[in-house]
Amino acid sequence: TSATMLKGVTRLISRVHKLDPRCFLHVGSQGPQSIQVQVERPRTISRTSESDPAQHGEQHEGRHYSIPFQELKTVFPHGLPPRFVMQVKTFGEACLMVRKPALELLHYLKNTNFAHPAVRYVLYGERGTGKTLSLCHVIHFCAKHGWLILHIPDAHLWVKNCRELLQSTYNKQRFDQPLEASTWLKNFKTTNECFLSQIKVQEKYVWSKRESTEKGSPLGEVVEQGITRIKNATDAVGIVLKELKRQSSSGLFHLLVAVDGVNALWGRTTLKREDKSPIAPEELALIYNLRKMMRNDWHGGATVLTLSQTGSLFKPSKAYLPHELLGKEGFDALDPFLPILVSNYNLKEFESCIHYYLENNWLQHEKAPTEEGKKELLFLSDANPTQLERLCAYL
Amino acid sequence: MAAPCVSCSAALSRRLFLGTRVVLARSQGLWKASAAGAQAGSGPQLSRLIHTTVVTTKKSVPASRREVYTEDFIKKQIEEFNLGKRHLANMMGEDPETFTQEDVDRAITYLFPSGLFEKRARPIMKHPEQIFPKQRAVQWGEDGRPFHFLFYTGKQSYYSLMHDIYGKILQVENQQNQLLPKSLLPENTEVLDLIGSRWLIKEELEEMLVEKLSDQDYTQLIRLLEKLGRLASGPAEQEFVSRFRRSLAVQSKRQEVPPVQHDAQGMPFSTGQGRRKTATAEAVVSGHGSGRIRVNGVDYLRYFPVMQDREQLMFPLHFLDRLGKHDVTCTVSGGGRSAQAGAIRLAVARALCSFVSEDEVEWMRQAGLLTTDPRVRERKKPGQEGARRKFTWKKR
Repeated sequence: TSATMLKGVTRLISRVHKLDPRCFLHVGSQGPQSIQVQVERPRTISRTSESDPAQHGEQHEGRHYSIPFQELKTVFPHGLPPRFVMQVKTFGEACLMVRKPALELLHYLKNTNFAHPAVRYVLYGERGTGKTLSLCHVIHFCAKHGWLILHIPDAHLWVKNCRELLQSTYNKQRFDQPLEASTWLKNFKTTNECFLSQIKVQEKYVWSKRESTEKGSPLGEVVEQGITRIKNATDAVGIVLKELKRQSSSGLFHLLVAVDGVNALWGRTTLKREDKSPIAPEELALIYNLRKMMRNDWHGGATVLTLSQTGSLFKPSKAYLPHELLGKEGFDALDPFLPILVSNYNLKEFESCIHYYLENNWLQHEKAPTEEGKKELLFLSDANPTQLERLCAYL
Repeated sequence: MAAPCVSCSAALSRRLFLGTRVVLARSQGLWKASAAGAQAGSGPQLSRLIHTTVVTTKKSVPASRREVYTEDFIKKQIEEFNLGKRHLANMMGEDPETFTQEDVDRAITYLFPSGLFEKRARPIMKHPEQIFPKQRAVQWGEDGRPFHFLFYTGKQSYYSLMHDIYGKILQVENQQNQLLPKSLLPENTEVLDLIGSRWLIKEELEEMLVEKLSDQDYTQLIRLLEKLGRLASGPAEQEFVSRFRRSLAVQSKRQEVPPVQHDAQGMPFSTGQGRRKTATAEAVVSGHGSGRIRVNGVDYLRYFPVMQDREQLMFPLHFLDRLGKHDVTCTVSGGGRSAQAGAIRLAVARALCSFVSEDEVEWMRQAGLLTTDPRVRERKKPGQEGARRKFTWKKR
């Protein structure tokens, strides 16, 4: 009887769930508007009301800014990491932290000289430090300023686990990947609707005996062709890349090429032919065209790349430096580039992140808001954003 | 003669052996011939006689009782032991007069090195009292009459001891009753017994009395002794009771705390070593730091991607509430990921002892941070698939 009494006592320590008036998990799309409207709410430590990345500066470092849902759907149909997407769905808002590498990149992009060849920026760092989200921050900035975004969410997805490999119609030695190409074209269309009607194709492309795209027709037609006729999707992608590269120098638009996991282009693939012999990356049409895009022989925009070990094939897990992940071939191809190191949170950013989670009532443990709790979290995650996020998911 | 008849039955079954034995007998020559000469008889009988010495009867051998060692036998053994000790001392080139038992042990391990794991199976040379189990001398005289008056209880020494203790209790009570009307001199010496010592356990008591006891007997004896101890009695009784107690070593005094060293810049640091399964780790904990940990030159987040290992590392620092105050640099080798984490945890805890007060060292010891985990991989046994797992049992 004493044992059961004790059990009852311990179970009485229930966690009181404070109903925050901002807790809008049950509210639909009305939520984000309320954030934008309530400017009179005092600026908390972890948030900033500045939602235009162009205005982000040193004073916003460490703070979260939110992206409205409309922009989220257009700009990022496919770019965000899956865990972040889950977090967006849970919290009901998409908040990115403003960090130093992203600020640096934004500074460079604001001062790009569009007459010079496109500069290649490479975000590198250890696993889970925030390279992809920094890339997304930059993409949001460019989208807000009317750049054309060419965003490949994860180049590793194109070199592994491909169900269908067809022999390319354009070049017999190469292989097509219809599924990946068509999904990418769909997302590309969502992002850059307005540009597709403005840009005109400068050549005639013959798809088959009955279908062809005339010179001067809008790029949107090529994209439609790729989406509807999946067999020609890869070629459509190639055409899009070629045209955009050619025409970005004209000054009509600024082009941002953003590739996540660019080390996949120069690594190895896990795909095999029917006779079980391995395929080199350059034998895939998508990769070949993308490699051509990586060269800095065009101007009128910029290239932002991310190295990623997480999805990479045949690379040791401790590798994170450019020359380790790109290999000799890739390094020479990308040379010269501007490397930007993305590291773990510093103390201020860490505090801000914890504060953000506490505000959203994500951390339910009693000890989480205390100093000792924060020290424990700091030790266990070592201020690594991914580790911290995974750790907080349990609390 | 009973012996040849017994051997007949056996010899019939071992006809094969007969031939070989006879061959051997002929080939060996002199001493066999003399033996043959000593026993009269023809060939087959000769071999049969030889067989009697060799053959074992097929009757089941009864379970051997404990051999009874006579007093003379024990005395002879003691003399031989002392002589042997002197010989050993001469062999080792030491003085026979001052040759202690430790020296004997050392000499034996030197002269007879053994690789056996079981310590009790190695060669020993100890006093016969420690080797031969204590046995009771004959309890009755030539006329068959027992010496002790309590012999027919069956447990004479136990009951005589109980009798003695009760006699003492009565005596002390009488004294106190006499002193009560005059002036009582309380001597609070019972308290000394309880702290730092424990009662003899049943096995030790059995050894002392050379008699088997039951659990109830044991508890009764201890109760009586406690009663005697609680009474305010003189030093003689206290000494009598303390014969039945053994002292306990105080646990916490055993910790050896490494001293704090200072490096070139004057920063205090301390080292510690730890082991777990097959992994060994050495940790250098510096006194002032920001909580960075490096393992084999790599950041601990990269070395231990699993949360569980990092929690193990956190345990000693979190327990002492010094999470962001120390820097740790450690090297570890061997074992797997859990074993390495455990080894580092032990090393860090030991190194932290020098920065911390004695109380906190005791708390750490009680939390289990300073104990080497004795669990090692159990060996696989023959006839089984693993250490415990047996082969699949098939009914047929």
